[in-house]
Amino acid sequence: MNKFKAFVKKEFYHIFRDKRTMLILFGMPIVQILLFGFVITTEIKDVEIAIWDKSKDEVTQKITNKILGSGYFKLVKNIDNEQEIYNAFKKGTIKEALIFENNFAQNLNNRNNANIQIITDASDPNIANLIVNYTSAIVYSYTGELNSNLTIPMQIKTESTMLYNSELKSVFMFVPGTMAMILMLVSAMITSIAITREKELGTMEVLLVSPLKVSQIIIGKVAPYIVLSIINVITIIALAMSIFHMPIVGSLSLLIAVSILFIFMALSLGILISTVTNDQQTAMMISMFALMLPTILLSGFIFPIENMPKILQWLTVIIPPKYYISAIKDIMLKGSGLSYIWKDVAVLFLMTLVLLGLSIKKFKIRLE
Amino acid sequence: MEKVIIVKNLVKKFEDFVANDNLTFDVYKGEIFGFLGANGAGKTTAMKILCALSQPTSGELNVAGFDVYTQQDKIKANIGYMSQRFSLYEDLTVFENIQFYAGIYGLSNKIIKERAENLIKKLEMVEMKNKLVSSLPLGWRQKLSFSIAIIHKPQIVFLDEPTGGVDPITRRQFWDLIYDAANDGITIFVTTHYMDEAEYCNRVSIMVDGRIEALDTPQNLKKQFNAEDMNEVFIQLARKSKNKE
Amino acid sequence: MVKIENITKTYEKGKVKALTNINLSIEKGELFGLIGPDGAGKTSLFRILTSLLIPDSGIVKIMNFDVVKDYKEIRKITGYMPGKFSLYQDLSVEENLNFFASVFGTTVKENYSLIEDIYVQIEPFKKRLAGKLSGGMKQKLALSCALIHKPEILVLDEPTTGVDAVSRKEFWEMLKKLKSEGITILVSTPYMDEASLCDRIALIQNGEILSVDKPLNIINQFNKKLFAIRTSNMYQLMQDLKQFGSLNTAFLFGQVVHFTSKNKNTNSEEIRFFLKENNHSDIFIKEIVPSIEDCFMEFAKNEK
Repeated sequence: MNKFKAFVKKEFYHIFRDKRTMLILFGMPIVQILLFGFVITTEIKDVEIAIWDKSKDEVTQKITNKILGSGYFKLVKNIDNEQEIYNAFKKGTIKEALIFENNFAQNLNNRNNANIQIITDASDPNIANLIVNYTSAIVYSYTGELNSNLTIPMQIKTESTMLYNSELKSVFMFVPGTMAMILMLVSAMITSIAITREKELGTMEVLLVSPLKVSQIIIGKVAPYIVLSIINVITIIALAMSIFHMPIVGSLSLLIAVSILFIFMALSLGILISTVTNDQQTAMMISMFALMLPTILLSGFIFPIENMPKILQWLTVIIPPKYYISAIKDIMLKGSGLSYIWKDVAVLFLMTLVLLGLSIKKFKIRLE
Repeated sequence: MEKVIIVKNLVKKFEDFVANDNLTFDVYKGEIFGFLGANGAGKTTAMKILCALSQPTSGELNVAGFDVYTQQDKIKANIGYMSQRFSLYEDLTVFENIQFYAGIYGLSNKIIKERAENLIKKLEMVEMKNKLVSSLPLGWRQKLSFSIAIIHKPQIVFLDEPTGGVDPITRRQFWDLIYDAANDGITIFVTTHYMDEAEYCNRVSIMVDGRIEALDTPQNLKKQFNAEDMNEVFIQLARKSKNKE
Repeated sequence: MVKIENITKTYEKGKVKALTNINLSIEKGELFGLIGPDGAGKTSLFRILTSLLIPDSGIVKIMNFDVVKDYKEIRKITGYMPGKFSLYQDLSVEENLNFFASVFGTTVKENYSLIEDIYVQIEPFKKRLAGKLSGGMKQKLALSCALIHKPEILVLDEPTTGVDAVSRKEFWEMLKKLKSEGITILVSTPYMDEASLCDRIALIQNGEILSVDKPLNIINQFNKKLFAIRTSNMYQLMQDLKQFGSLNTAFLFGQVVHFTSKNKNTNSEEIRFFLKENNHSDIFIKEIVPSIEDCFMEFAKNEK
């Protein structure tokens, strides 16, 4: 126990005395989450729109005025065919197009409902979502006014189509991905670097010649990073909740438990990487290409898995962050319990066991 | 005799620490000048300044006829440098290394080819010409590395512990090369921890705590300190060091 | 104490030979020197002894423990100082020492008497980070750390490489003191002049042992007359000696040339005559007792 304490103490000295490690450990999570949060802005102003008014009656005119008068939208042009809409989107001159159906006022009077089609450029999904919400809200407020002195409520249906990104994502969607990335970075990359650094400096040689057991060396090396990773998880959740008002629908303790499982998985990966490399640079490169890139590209963090080519979809099966992101997304956004996410958790658990076993087995008690 | 290095009152400070404390010495053309001192005595600092890699805090310095404050590029073109640590690219062949280093000193292809062939012949490395440097034993590498350091026929060559860890036979072959170069008029400025090598130098300076405590021919130094060999001279002097840390 | 039998070690699947058929035995309490240039195989042999490498073939036993099978026991009884400075540069002197003490399940206090002489020299700097120490000080700290668990056997890989002559001398004085405490010490060095400080030495080159014995006995194995020669022009002297009819070797040795002849009957007068013929003046010739370095070069030459 004394050995273990001495080891952990030493490890903390390393961390606290190296400014770069400190920066990555504590600066990175904060910067990441703030970046994702603020780059995806939550306010809209003077959004360029085009309107195709097939009906051109009193009601459509009123709605148009109301929308343009809100200050959020700016009319770029009136158009009269579908092709023109797509051209404008392609050129990027508009962010939204509104299409009023034929005989709008008539329909509203006769059938008590009428349709407006809203088309948005969803390459920036968060903005697109906001635009649709704002537009719909204005339309509903108009119907609200109409209905206040009517017995049978009239209805205007808005039907939205998002171009370029059918699976909508918002800032909240980025939080799970960011967590996966940070934990990969801290747990896997930093751990693999910390271990290979000892090899590079020759101190590993001395540790190996000491009576320490392999498990003692490994646990001593990674224990501090478990603690730091948990602190990171809590920091990210706290930031998301306080600055971006992200709701955590499900159980907070389940969320943290799954995160700890993921941390163990990442640590095992880090140890595994350190067993196959002898210098920090290689460890860093492997971590970057074998861990960070798949975490960003193949986990469903940024690009939806459903839209990937079949081969890549198959590949995502072996990407651990995929399961982690999927599980915590469900916990945070849908409030799912263990009974619903157990499959993801089981896969992660299995992966952790295999990786941990592999890394302990491969961790050499000698120099070759 | 013609002076190729003139150092007057060289001082180099790092914040409060005085690494070189008022050094004054000259080095003559074609001589082998041994620059000795204990670890941390300030040898490397002074050598870096002479190679125009770092600026002195104060003092007048002239290397190969150029001023270290204003003519650094000219100095670099007229000196050669070899250290124990960095010498050659391991993933290039013997010939490619020669080609590269000769190339960066602006030699023409014809001259490079000619000198490369002479060099390879002289070192008896004809069969290894196209082998990777990583496959050569340490001693060979050091010999090659020295020959490359003087391929552009510099006025002065600076050698920083060139023979550390090299086997005794190769070490002597190395000194044969040094003698040949000195015979060709190249001035040799060398540091070493082997005290027998100090005896090979025409003159030797010994630094203690940033100052030059002794500078003379090995013979005179031994007389002066009433010592049998240079090792004794060195130990007598280095023991004086105040900052035994 | 240590028994090394027929050790062979290769790297890269046999392509690079590091050690060939090494046999050595080292007695308890001995100060044993392994002497040879870089790349001779010193580090490989020491890593096998400390259980860090497995030999391709052969057996090594330390106090009857096999270095392969009983590596756990081996690691308890050995103190090891690798060639590269391998302490934590970002930890202070004190922190390093405490860390290694607890790794070996002991405390600095418990074995302080053993390291006291060495440690007092670095104690004034105990708060300084190890990376900021000078070469000599680093060696002292590394030695303290290797000794902190009171090992039976101390394995030091090139502890004096790159260290100046004064620090080297001090280091060897420390080793002598440790030897008197009954610790067996194996030390490797590329500096031939350190050989005479050992009880016994092994000369090693290209993975093969050239000779093992007491330094004096090794010198006695040198079977040629050795002359130290000096004239007013040393450069010319070397050039001319190469033309000497029965030349065996001529090597620069500090202020003189060490010369051996193939012919047993070559004497000072013959050499003097030859040099006079070649216009040398101030000729000094003396038959001398060879040094370990002379022996090493002679043996290495014969080996080739």
